[in-house]
Amino acid sequence: MIMKGRIHMVGDHIDTDQIIPARFLGSLDLKVLAEGCFFNLIPQFANGVKQGDILVAGDNLGCGSSREHAPIAIKATGISCVVANSYSRIFYRSAINIGLPAVVCPEAVAFANNGNEMTVDFDRGVVESGGKSAAFAPFGPSILEIIAAGGLVPFMSQRLANEGARA
Amino acid sequence: MGLTATQKIVARHSGRDTVAVGETVTVKVDLAMANDMTAPLAVKQFLSAGAKRVFDPDRICIVAGRHMPFRDEAFGKAVGGVGEFCREQGIKNFYANMEGMDHALVPDLGYIRPGMLICNADSHTCTYGAMGAWGLPMGSTDMAYIFAFGETWVRVPETIRVRYSGKSSRYVTSKDYVLTTERALSVDGARYKTIEFSGPALDALSVDERFTISNMGIEMGAKTSFMAPDAKTTEYLASRTNVPWQAVESDPDAEFERTVDIDVSKLEPVIAKPHSPDNVVPVSEVKGIRVSQVCIGTCTNGRIIDLQQALEVLRGQKVAKGVRLIITPATNIIMREAEKLGLIDEFRALGATINPPGCGPCAGWHQGVLGPEDVCVATHNRNFPGRMGSPKAQVYLSSPYVAAATAIAGVIASPEVVAP
Repeated sequence: MIMKGRIHMVGDHIDTDQIIPARFLGSLDLKVLAEGCFFNLIPQFANGVKQGDILVAGDNLGCGSSREHAPIAIKATGISCVVANSYSRIFYRSAINIGLPAVVCPEAVAFANNGNEMTVDFDRGVVESGGKSAAFAPFGPSILEIIAAGGLVPFMSQRLANEGARA
Repeated sequence: MGLTATQKIVARHSGRDTVAVGETVTVKVDLAMANDMTAPLAVKQFLSAGAKRVFDPDRICIVAGRHMPFRDEAFGKAVGGVGEFCREQGIKNFYANMEGMDHALVPDLGYIRPGMLICNADSHTCTYGAMGAWGLPMGSTDMAYIFAFGETWVRVPETIRVRYSGKSSRYVTSKDYVLTTERALSVDGARYKTIEFSGPALDALSVDERFTISNMGIEMGAKTSFMAPDAKTTEYLASRTNVPWQAVESDPDAEFERTVDIDVSKLEPVIAKPHSPDNVVPVSEVKGIRVSQVCIGTCTNGRIIDLQQALEVLRGQKVAKGVRLIITPATNIIMREAEKLGLIDEFRALGATINPPGCGPCAGWHQGVLGPEDVCVATHNRNFPGRMGSPKAQVYLSSPYVAAATAIAGVIASPEVVAP
């Protein structure tokens, strides 16, 4: 799996209230969530995203509220994956669960520039941008299974089918 | 080498004698929860995966009491769908009659007991640590999986030990303890880790005061908070449940990643400045800043003792002109008790507004959303930009004493200064 797109950068400790303010959470409409994504931080964020673009963040992305609407909103804008120094635990799990791969790679964050192209090669475990490249740590076994299935919902479906077949 | 309480609880729930820090294991979940904001998505994911039955309807509890009554049609529809799901699945523990918010409600109903492993689709699930339980915050899709299979994967976390010692002065509360800890550890200092709170100054607190501390573990990035149960925990449970439980605590030779010692006798009342809960300074450093709203309540400080402490300062005084004082008891049980004690009448006589039980304006949804010019002192747990409404609004976090003193002065104030 290779993801390639333009970089959109955000800073450190961007909490889920900043990713998607609570007033957008009443519905699960992806259009509404995309519209609300980074509403107070980067006006009209979704309009500037082309399908496949990559979000690059500093430390502790997605801290604060557990709202899964945060990674869903980011994905709904067209962002294909996230590269950051670190993530809050709940955001990290939820991003993987909904099929928004979350890569930990501080070296790549350091050489990333807003608007430049970035390539994330999941098979080789490498992030490239502006002629520089950096390796990222492999995912843990539980996470790999979920990514391989395409997210936790398809992973659940597979397990339900297997258990149904056994019964 | 001994084991931490975290290792013991994870081992017990993964069918193992012991687990090592850093390993990933599958754990059985004793109680699976979600609320009005997170349950609709959990149910949607459960159904879209093709799941038919929940793993055990008696081990699921959904409290739709945070932002009730409905603020709009979409929210009413979302929560209505969750009610239908609960009826179909035979989930009896569905609360949607304005009972209030989950983290204050379920311990009071006796559902949270020492040694349990609870998953709840909410970040403040770490609150249950004050009961000697392991409350694991989750996203909604993780909860959908748990609703189906009753289990989830976890990485066994390191434990950071925080020890409180000394005797605090008159107006220093457990909120000041935890905000001081927040400053020491920072907003991500405990990321992926358990914070185990202990020490004689913690032992001296009531269970309700301890909830204020465990609640804010997530504001330091923690996976969860933990406190070893003691006689006060036992007493708290005695009137609330007959279900037997077994205490879990860390061995004396358990390995902690680090220990943070805080002598509470040295503390003065503190406050977290905008826009981060770790931006903590003594109240004296920001005194005199004009405020337009004061909020007392929520899962951090919305219990009886918090309302009583606020009134200790407010009684016989007047709320300053230009200040909206908003009281949000966390649950209806607390509301009823506050009424019996006459606290609600006292607040009303002061000109305060009483919100329905729940989260009130904490998440910027309703009942006290801030405009761009607003400056608010709140007893809540977070003040990230835009949390309570406008990203230009200034939100400060404090104890009920400081919030009450500020409501009287109309500017940020220390309780020592304004109290009779």
